[in-house]
Amino acid sequence: MADAPQIPDEAETRARWGAFAWTAENAEKAKAVIARYPAGRQRSAVMPLLDLAQRQVGAETQTQGWLPVPVIEYVAAQLDMPFIRAYEVATFYTMYNLVPVGRYHVQVCGTTPCLLRGSDDVMAACKNRGMVKGKTTPDGLFTLTEVECMGTCTNAPMVQINDDNYEDLDYDSTVRILDALAAGEQPKTGPQNPKRHTSEPEGGPTTLKDMVKANHDYRKEW
Amino acid sequence: MLADKDRIFTNIYGFQPWNLKSAQMRGDWDNTKDLMKRGQDAIIEEIKASGLRGRGGAGFPTGLKWSFMPKEPRADRPSFLVINADESEPGSCKDREIIRHDPHKLIEGALIAGFAMRARAAYIYIRGEFIREAETLFAAVQEAYDAGLLGKNAAKSGYDFDVFVHRGAGAYICGEETAMIESLEGKKGQPRLKPPFPAGAGLYGCPTTVNNVESIAVVPTILRRGAPWFSSFGRENNKGTKLFQISGHVNTPCVVEEEMSIPFRELIDKHCGGIRGGWDNLLAVIPGGSSVPLVPAAEIMDCPMDFDGLKAVGSGLGTAAAIVMDKSTDVVQAISRISYFYKHESCGQCTPCREGTGWMWRVMERLRTGDADISEIDTLYDVTKQVEGHTICALGDAAAWPIQGLIKHFRPEIERRIRENGGALEAAE
Repeated sequence: MADAPQIPDEAETRARWGAFAWTAENAEKAKAVIARYPAGRQRSAVMPLLDLAQRQVGAETQTQGWLPVPVIEYVAAQLDMPFIRAYEVATFYTMYNLVPVGRYHVQVCGTTPCLLRGSDDVMAACKNRGMVKGKTTPDGLFTLTEVECMGTCTNAPMVQINDDNYEDLDYDSTVRILDALAAGEQPKTGPQNPKRHTSEPEGGPTTLKDMVKANHDYRKEW
Repeated sequence: MLADKDRIFTNIYGFQPWNLKSAQMRGDWDNTKDLMKRGQDAIIEEIKASGLRGRGGAGFPTGLKWSFMPKEPRADRPSFLVINADESEPGSCKDREIIRHDPHKLIEGALIAGFAMRARAAYIYIRGEFIREAETLFAAVQEAYDAGLLGKNAAKSGYDFDVFVHRGAGAYICGEETAMIESLEGKKGQPRLKPPFPAGAGLYGCPTTVNNVESIAVVPTILRRGAPWFSSFGRENNKGTKLFQISGHVNTPCVVEEEMSIPFRELIDKHCGGIRGGWDNLLAVIPGGSSVPLVPAAEIMDCPMDFDGLKAVGSGLGTAAAIVMDKSTDVVQAISRISYFYKHESCGQCTPCREGTGWMWRVMERLRTGDADISEIDTLYDVTKQVEGHTICALGDAAAWPIQGLIKHFRPEIERRIRENGGALEAAE
């Protein structure tokens, strides 16, 4: 449990977040989310609402966001469920941050398919910028986490930073992306290999070549 | 090689837009009403006849699974279809391509499959890390509603059907069907004991079928082209086309749709530019995602990529996600990293898995550096055998198999490290 998050001091968190409430826009979104589940089954909405809350905290703090205890209480109350049931959801799933994170949450995939394609270089590029695994840089810009398979294995290695994926990385392209983010720019997302569009073989697809230029309808050839 | 006209996912690389209009031009949502008019039982029979086996890894016949659902659901116990888009198996990245580039195949499939099993609604459970992909899926579902293809009288079929998207939040275990149901109910994703099976008591205690994204997304095309077309590909018992995902040490990793039973060598040479450094440089392949045992080069080269072919070499097709390793690979590290993955993803419910995955990883790390005793290899093997089969879900098995595969095929390599390390220690003394 040594690597378990240290939940921030509650009194301080309560003073800062005790009055958390949805923004008008998020209140609408929360209502729409709850409506996706059958009446009486509103508990199903706990995951999307925790995500929404984390995003709202992120917007208020200019970070990816996290879930202070009073915010989890707020969500639990809205769904009429005991706090502990919402809290155990927040602690079970890795995408809920239980401690504050930086402006950019750099999540480097280190699982075997990425490992084989050089995720160590991506990690090295992050560390050489002063990032430490599990910590936020002193300027509050980057939080570095090593995550498990992100499901983009044919475009390995990859990193997810906040909502975007950066794929087909090497040391240099990782440095470029981090530099751009630090300078307040939005780097190109997706594959960084200029010879790839998405998950087709590098240098152009070996199949379905008609689709590259036009929305080909293959039914005529059936 | 499979002809382009016989590929189901024609926009898999996203060169064209995913939106409804473009999808319709490619043939999706073309007279869905007529497909549904054939009737529920006829659809299930057609899927059974096509030989489609579940694409999520276990390979259970899809049509048969649907037939377990109640024929006359009670009003107070509606049936549900849950679509498993929690693609988290290391090596797998096919559902992501379907969702972000061809989402309407999935949504149309959801309607038809849901209708066939007499479900009231479908929940698509998409993994939380697929953030942009989920945005596309939400938008595509909305498009379908706006066009009258979902909701009341869906696609003018007279059948009411809803499709909802539910985002996960980063837990591999939610790909297990009962854990997914728990998660959908707003709980920790910890698998349930079976029985009762989901078809009897699943989501909210109602009859539920959980299907993989690819299994559902191929359904409309199978119905349009007929079961004989689909079953004309692949060997007996391994029918159809399949999205293969090849990662690791090939020259051009990619996702590609191919015929089932395609020999491994042909798959790699045609689509992946061969093995990095040539075929002589191939060390081993994990052919079906991290949960299946690795297969050494000599055995995999000409092996047909299908359920039975890979079973015959002591592995499995899984999700058809081949992780290729050349001779530069530290194979013990590669498997140890997989052990770490399972340690990280164990839900903590069953003791053999919760304690065993961490224990196995720690021993694997020592084997990696050779800081161990030769006898510990057998101890580790013993422990994997004690984890395997003694847990509620298959995560314990999935953690055990890669290590068993490593010991079976690369024992001399592990022993070499231990001896060299021991030798170095003795010399230092």
